[in-house]
Amino acid sequence: MIALSDYLILGAILFSLSIAGIFLNRKNVIILLMCIELMLLAVNINFVAFSHFLGDSAGQVFVFFILTVAAAEAAIGLAILVVLFRNRRSINVDDLDALKG
Amino acid sequence: METIYLLIVLAPLLGAIVAGLFGGRIGRGASHWVTSSGVGLSALLSLYVLFGFVTGGLEVFNGAVYTWMVSDGLRMEIGFLVDQLTAVMLVVVTFVSFCVHIYTIGYMAHDEENWPGESLAGSNSYQRFFAYISLFTFSMLMLVMSNNFMQLFFGWEAVGLVSYLLIGFWSVRETAIFANLKAFLVNRVGDFGFILGIGAVAMYFGSIDYAEVFARAPELANTQINVWGDESWSLMTLICVLLFIGAMGKSAQVPLHVWLPDSMEGPTPISALIHAATMVTAGVFMVARMSPLYELSETALTFVLVIGATTALFTGLIGIVQNDIKRVVAYSTLSQLGYMMVALGVSAYAAGIFHLMTHAFFKALLFLAAGSVIIGMHHDQDIRNMGGIKKYMPVTYWTSLLGSLALIGFPGFSGFFSKDAIIEAVHFSTIAGSGYAYFAVLAGVFITALYSFRMFFLVFHGTGPRDEHAKAHLHESPKVVTVPLVLLAIPSVLIGFFTMEGMLFGEWFRDVLFVLPQHDTLARLGEGVHGPVSMVAHGFAGFALYFAAAGVFAAWYIYMKRPEIAERIKSRFGIVHRILDKKYFFDELYQALFAGGSRGIGKLLWSLGDRILIDGLIINGSAKAVGVVAGWARNIQTGMLYHYAIAMILGLLLLLTWFVI
Amino acid sequence: MQFEMSSLMPVLPEIFILSAACVVLVVDLFLKEERRVVSYGMAQISLLLAVLVTLFTATGERQILFDGSVVRDAMSDVLKIAVYLISAGAFLYAKDYLRDRDIFKGEFYVLGLFAVLGMMVMISANSFLTIYLGLELLALSLYALVAFNRDSVQGSEAAMKYFVLGALASGMLLYGISMVYGATGSIEFGAVSQALANSGVDKRVLVFGLVFVVIGMAFKFGAVPFHMWVPDVYHGAPTAVTLFIGSTPKIAAFALAMRMLVDGLGVLHADWQGMLVILAVLSMGVGNLVAIAQANIKRMLAYSTISHVGFILLGILAGTGKGYTAAMFYSIVYAAMALGGFGIVMLLSRKGFEAERLDDYKGLNERSPWFAGMMLLLMFSMAGVPPTVGFFAKMFVLEAVVSVDMTWLALVGVFFSIIGAFYYLRIVKLMYFDKPVDETPLSAGLDTQVVLSVNGLAMLVLGLFPAGLLSICAAAVG
Repeated sequence: MIALSDYLILGAILFSLSIAGIFLNRKNVIILLMCIELMLLAVNINFVAFSHFLGDSAGQVFVFFILTVAAAEAAIGLAILVVLFRNRRSINVDDLDALKG
Repeated sequence: METIYLLIVLAPLLGAIVAGLFGGRIGRGASHWVTSSGVGLSALLSLYVLFGFVTGGLEVFNGAVYTWMVSDGLRMEIGFLVDQLTAVMLVVVTFVSFCVHIYTIGYMAHDEENWPGESLAGSNSYQRFFAYISLFTFSMLMLVMSNNFMQLFFGWEAVGLVSYLLIGFWSVRETAIFANLKAFLVNRVGDFGFILGIGAVAMYFGSIDYAEVFARAPELANTQINVWGDESWSLMTLICVLLFIGAMGKSAQVPLHVWLPDSMEGPTPISALIHAATMVTAGVFMVARMSPLYELSETALTFVLVIGATTALFTGLIGIVQNDIKRVVAYSTLSQLGYMMVALGVSAYAAGIFHLMTHAFFKALLFLAAGSVIIGMHHDQDIRNMGGIKKYMPVTYWTSLLGSLALIGFPGFSGFFSKDAIIEAVHFSTIAGSGYAYFAVLAGVFITALYSFRMFFLVFHGTGPRDEHAKAHLHESPKVVTVPLVLLAIPSVLIGFFTMEGMLFGEWFRDVLFVLPQHDTLARLGEGVHGPVSMVAHGFAGFALYFAAAGVFAAWYIYMKRPEIAERIKSRFGIVHRILDKKYFFDELYQALFAGGSRGIGKLLWSLGDRILIDGLIINGSAKAVGVVAGWARNIQTGMLYHYAIAMILGLLLLLTWFVI
Repeated sequence: MQFEMSSLMPVLPEIFILSAACVVLVVDLFLKEERRVVSYGMAQISLLLAVLVTLFTATGERQILFDGSVVRDAMSDVLKIAVYLISAGAFLYAKDYLRDRDIFKGEFYVLGLFAVLGMMVMISANSFLTIYLGLELLALSLYALVAFNRDSVQGSEAAMKYFVLGALASGMLLYGISMVYGATGSIEFGAVSQALANSGVDKRVLVFGLVFVVIGMAFKFGAVPFHMWVPDVYHGAPTAVTLFIGSTPKIAAFALAMRMLVDGLGVLHADWQGMLVILAVLSMGVGNLVAIAQANIKRMLAYSTISHVGFILLGILAGTGKGYTAAMFYSIVYAAMALGGFGIVMLLSRKGFEAERLDDYKGLNERSPWFAGMMLLLMFSMAGVPPTVGFFAKMFVLEAVVSVDMTWLALVGVFFSIIGAFYYLRIVKLMYFDKPVDETPLSAGLDTQVVLSVNGLAMLVLGLFPAGLLSICAAAVG
């Protein structure tokens, strides 16, 4: 029997991983997009786990919406990525430094 | 009625806005039409209100028009208090303002000559001028109609602002800018006292509404407060003196009088409107309005009395040696303001307001007449260059004569009633300082007559202007100039005769001005006077009239009959002349004290305190520190995406450790 | 639950804007390049009609709809109307700017309308799910708008940063929501609030979740330290978009805070109050300080936004009706001020020239005294100089804070707003006392001039008559 806390710990680990990915990665913007997906999935695990243990369906409904929004978000993210690449010929995170101060 | 009151205030404002914002587009003609008709409408409505009170058809109105905000129980409102006092002020302000509007059409007709060709400020100066005087009228009306201290203060500052704008109107003249600055600085001193006074009222009364404050005044009459150390002060005295310091700035009382003569750098119409008839009397109006407070502090009344008497006597003396036509009238204004203050000091508030009214008419008349002469003389203001103008400018001559007679208190003229009432009231008064004041006002009568007729004879009589060129071009001013003169001459002569009974001794101010029975000097005077004719008769029994006659005679003898006497006096009493010519060295004193002296002491402090402590550490230092911190803080914004993410995560950790663990 | 058509009436404004956005999207496909103004006109008309629709369907009562997902109350009506009007102003100012830069496209208005829809959903949300959907709809539209000028290097960089940080923030918000859901067993605010009131809820999990939720909200506001996107996005985005991002979303963020923290997690007031204190003080401090060091007016206004957000948070954290009223007043007023401020920036810009440097404002008084006067009013209002409305916005907020015995916080606010006044007044000084570097006459359509004048004068008029708007806000907060 897997306990609720196990799911939550898994969720927390995935969430931390994704956050670490966002600030440790200094190379490729695509990895950032992947980290964002991972973060949303970590949240989904939380929701599904709670939903199951509470016996309440609202959490799972929430997950469906998150999945949909994540898809839309990925679409926009990739579109911005394309524009960025067109303008700069680079998708290096380190190169995004024109705006500062 | 509320609509009418609103209309009285808003009509000039509307005119000011239209002429001020769209003056360039609608042109000169439309600008003076819209402003003059706005003020004209106010004047008509004010007359309607006044007649309403005269016939008894109107009730006193006291109500809020708009509640601006309520902050911790202190209601800040825009409200009107319209009673007999307000009604008189309304008529005076709007009527004089209306005359000045019309007069300005003629006076400023060639204003573009006063500006160098390409000056940006000179474009549309004509329209701007009209916008300013209408705006001034609006502000002054707000001041006199207010029913609370906040609005009073708003009007107070707004009239001041317009006054500075107008003193410095010809901003290309160095002297105008200096006068402007001086007026501004001196008034700051006054306003400082004024706002402290209002603050004290708000603090101790918990309200800034006149009615509420006056109602609570008696219970706080004996309150003592500690301002500094163990010294305890009567609250009423403190409030009244502080408020009066504001009045000293605005009404140019010694020693804060120095700005008024210099304000003559402004165009003559505003000297008439602002610096003679209306704004400078705001202090008198304010003290009269606050009579329920002033009556409770005899110390404050004495203060008012002594300051007023000093102003009345000593500024009049300066008037004798001035040669600039406008400055003579300006010093005469100062002296007359002193008379009004004296009246307030002896609790003859009604006499003060009465003199305010008559003075507004005849002084505006004298100023406008002076302006008419100045137009004729092509903006030469030195009376030594004038003479014999009588035959070239008959209307100006006769109206000036009437104005001067009113000023010196010729029996039956309006000035006679008001001034005589003040002198007699002082005579009856028993509060400290009244002896000195009585001497000052009596001597003042002689001096007034002397300087008034010195100027009158030098300008209009004797041999013609020295400059032949000026002589050739001398002619009577246009109708827009002379009509206001005539309009003003009528009340200057007559208004006292018809209104003195009601205003001084009658019912008119009974419920408005509060006078304690033991202070009521006017009532004592009223016992012996029944109607204007009896007042004139009474006048012949006193000294004042003979002093005035002596003054006129002296002026004629010294300056017309035997001009060499004037020269001889000048050389014999060189020191006195020099003191007067230098205006008791007030300017030099202030220069030395605040400019020079502070420069001397300041230099020391500057090198020690200022440069190192204040400039170095506090002003520049803090500015520099802020700049350094700001420059450093902006480096946090590195532009790097992962740094931004780290900042967010640090924020997350901060909140988590703070609130969860 | 039975589905009835009548239950759609209260959400008619949302349905209307959604349909309008779709119609504009489709119609725009068939328009020739030179007829693009039709899309603009349709967007404007739908915003103005939305005002009417909202007014006609308003009942003034609090209605909870769709199984507790949506709420319609007086506050939502007021905030929505403010959003419509200010967005309409933003669209109007943007028109000339977009046309000059050849990006006058229908998509701008479609995305704008979808953003408005997102804000409306946020404003009317009554469950975490609804609020999340509204938030994402707004955010996704804004990401796209920031990158609207596809050839702009700065624009795409700003969009990327905004996107990544925004996604990170919404991830944190979701994580927080999942915790709250786990602790209370519901995502609907009413039920959450009820569950919290009953004892037996694990406080630690809740506060843990609350921190994440507050961060999600703080990001949307742009409160320090979650503000890093604000200056870069304001700077990099086309000014027309900056104008939009800088104004209305602050109203939506206020609604977000009110719905989540007050309606949903009001019981935890003591906990989130402390967090907001930290955010507010940091925001006022960093915003005002760093703004001084800016030479670019868009960045300067970005930091000024951050400082104003600190003030809005002050009102919310007071936790009283007075405080909420003050914060609502502040956010609406701020949106209008930002609209006018950026409106002037756009007015001075023209084809091939962005009036972004502070030096571009030198001698504006000589070029156009009228608009220099408007800018003066706007700057005075932002600085909080009486009698402009900005003064009252600040005063009401400070009063609310003082009334809950947090005088020290009010003093901090006053201190930083004095520092802040410096950089607003610097603009005034540049406009009035310096010689112009650029003598080009201003070219703006009559519509822009009129609306900009109304916008500027509103600062003064609302300052003279603050009671009207204040009583509307007070009634809306209830």
